[in-house]
Amino acid sequence: MSRTITIDHVTRIEGHAKIDIHLNDQGKVASTQFHVTQFRGFEKFVEGRPYYEMPAITARICGICPVSHLLASVKACDAIMAVQIPEPAQLLRELLHCAQFVQSHGLSFFHLSAPDLLLGFDSDPKLRNIVGLIEKHPEAARDGIALRKFGQQTIERLAGERIHPSWTVPGGVNKPLSAETRDEILAELPIARSIIRRTLKTFKAMLDDFPAESDAFGNMPSAYAGLVDFDGNLRIYDGILRFKDSEGKPMASVSRALDYSKFIGEAAMPDSYLKAPYFKPMGYPDGAYRVGPLGRLNVAEQCGTPEADVELAEYRQRLGRIVQSSFFYHYARLIEALYGVERMEQLLENPLILDRHVRAEAGVNALEGVGIIEAPRGTLIHHYKVDENGAMKWANLIVATGHNNLAINKSIQQVAERFVDGNQFQEGMVNRVSAVVRAYDPCLSCSTHALGQTPMQMRLYGPDGQMLDEVAT
Amino acid sequence: MSKAKVATVWLDGCSGCHMSVLDMDETLLEVVKRADIVYGPLVDAQEFPEGVDLTLVEGAVSNQDDLKLIQKIRGRTKLLVALGDCAVTGNVPSMRNGIPVKALLERGYVEGSDVNHRPPTDGVPALLRNALPVHEVVRVDLHIPGCPPKADAIAYVVMEVLAGRKPELTGKVKFG
Ligand code: SF4
Repeated sequence: MSRTITIDHVTRIEGHAKIDIHLNDQGKVASTQFHVTQFRGFEKFVEGRPYYEMPAITARICGICPVSHLLASVKACDAIMAVQIPEPAQLLRELLHCAQFVQSHGLSFFHLSAPDLLLGFDSDPKLRNIVGLIEKHPEAARDGIALRKFGQQTIERLAGERIHPSWTVPGGVNKPLSAETRDEILAELPIARSIIRRTLKTFKAMLDDFPAESDAFGNMPSAYAGLVDFDGNLRIYDGILRFKDSEGKPMASVSRALDYSKFIGEAAMPDSYLKAPYFKPMGYPDGAYRVGPLGRLNVAEQCGTPEADVELAEYRQRLGRIVQSSFFYHYARLIEALYGVERMEQLLENPLILDRHVRAEAGVNALEGVGIIEAPRGTLIHHYKVDENGAMKWANLIVATGHNNLAINKSIQQVAERFVDGNQFQEGMVNRVSAVVRAYDPCLSCSTHALGQTPMQMRLYGPDGQMLDEVAT
Repeated sequence: MSKAKVATVWLDGCSGCHMSVLDMDETLLEVVKRADIVYGPLVDAQEFPEGVDLTLVEGAVSNQDDLKLIQKIRGRTKLLVALGDCAVTGNVPSMRNGIPVKALLERGYVEGSDVNHRPPTDGVPALLRNALPVHEVVRVDLHIPGCPPKADAIAYVVMEVLAGRKPELTGKVKFG
């Protein structure tokens, strides 16, 4: 008789997903499928709308990192206006983006993944969440809340609102920064910095506690992609899109945003609303690559800020120049949070940041524009085509989690092979399969341009295709 | 006295309303002292439980999964709150409503891909013809507009409900 447990949702991820696990005759894992189950149709329903509405509309793709969509969108709009925005506006947009990196990385680490890391993958599922963290590790929970608050409050100070602000506009930003606000943000930086330092220290001390997880959580070769500057420094607001292979050899550097489509193809999947981008010259599915914190740190030569570079050197000393296991997304994420805070300080200390020239005005001067940035979860691309009046004719959005789709699929397979055994789920193995998805910090709403709820379903199939077990987590 | 049971759900929204819940910052610590969070994106509940006192719903009802879930939730919740414009009016998710579902999917997966060129069918829920505000599907007890509603407004509602009072939202919220 088949037994059924239902995992109605994979929890603590951002979006809707289901997982199927198929077993062979020996009761071992034969294959796995990752289904993303939400779809919203942004690319279609924006047709006919004025291009300058795009930032406000596409921000509603994702409430976790709306600033990423706002920025990719205004950059595509800058290209349609064919303007180079004033340097102070560029600095301010990057500052806003850094604040978002800090809050989003904080959320991923503390609110979503720390319950596994600090309370244990096999701990009581009723307590394995931020509330359990508040009880068992109140200092860590408070740090998480405070770090996220720092990022969100900085966004509010700069842009007027914490979620879906309208400060970033095609051509720049709509209000300069005051000296008081700059000083308020500067005054809070040291607190954020010390929270991240503490967390890095705790995380490094735990590194040896997860040998099986670091060995099997998507530990595989792949290519990597991310933005860098001419010297190979990590970049998050603007830069050259660089691809490296699994050994770290450069495969491509895309300096003109419009050229992205020569290098990135998109595959429709039979079983998921999430498409799978691939590196075009290598074809599908060989051209799988990873983005986000792990990919970025593999692609960059260094961060370019002092303390993050010291941490990066230690990270590479421990794990190698190219870090292959997706378990270390968490580690890379913390180093990037430190980079974000340091970079904010550099930007705030640049006298130009208070300059009042923050917006270029222009009409439609090009019929096509692309904006590329690094969202917290990885490379984000907005590509628009308009008519002479600026009405949208066509849009393509490639979001961070999409790039990781093939890698997430492979990682689920690897974790399932290691931890799933027999024809019934155990809670700890279900949680590990979910946790590998969590390591990527996927934003499935972004990826399908739909943010769903978090449910993830997992199903286990026997060799004859009969369902053996089902869980909802 | 046992603690109140509170749930949050995320249908077809952007999670911004949930982020606004988290933007209560330290007030969250107060909320979890008085209530158990029994279901939602941040906790590992397997199934929407029975006997929930308060459920905050983010997002429109857009596909078969959303529809089944919201009906189950209504049956198991005392006070159902539509949180944010998507749940209250359909907002951005409903911008697709004028376009046939087939055209949306073709744009995404036939035209919009270099490999396979077909919409997914296996293991994904079918879209409803329209993305609907929650009250068009089940009875809603309270609406909190905003895109997203401010954290203060959400905190106020939750605290009032936990204290057994009816929240008075006049002047505290606005659309958009
Ligand atoms: S109301 Fe606004 S913030 Fe809330 S889910 Fe909808 S788009 Fe996001």
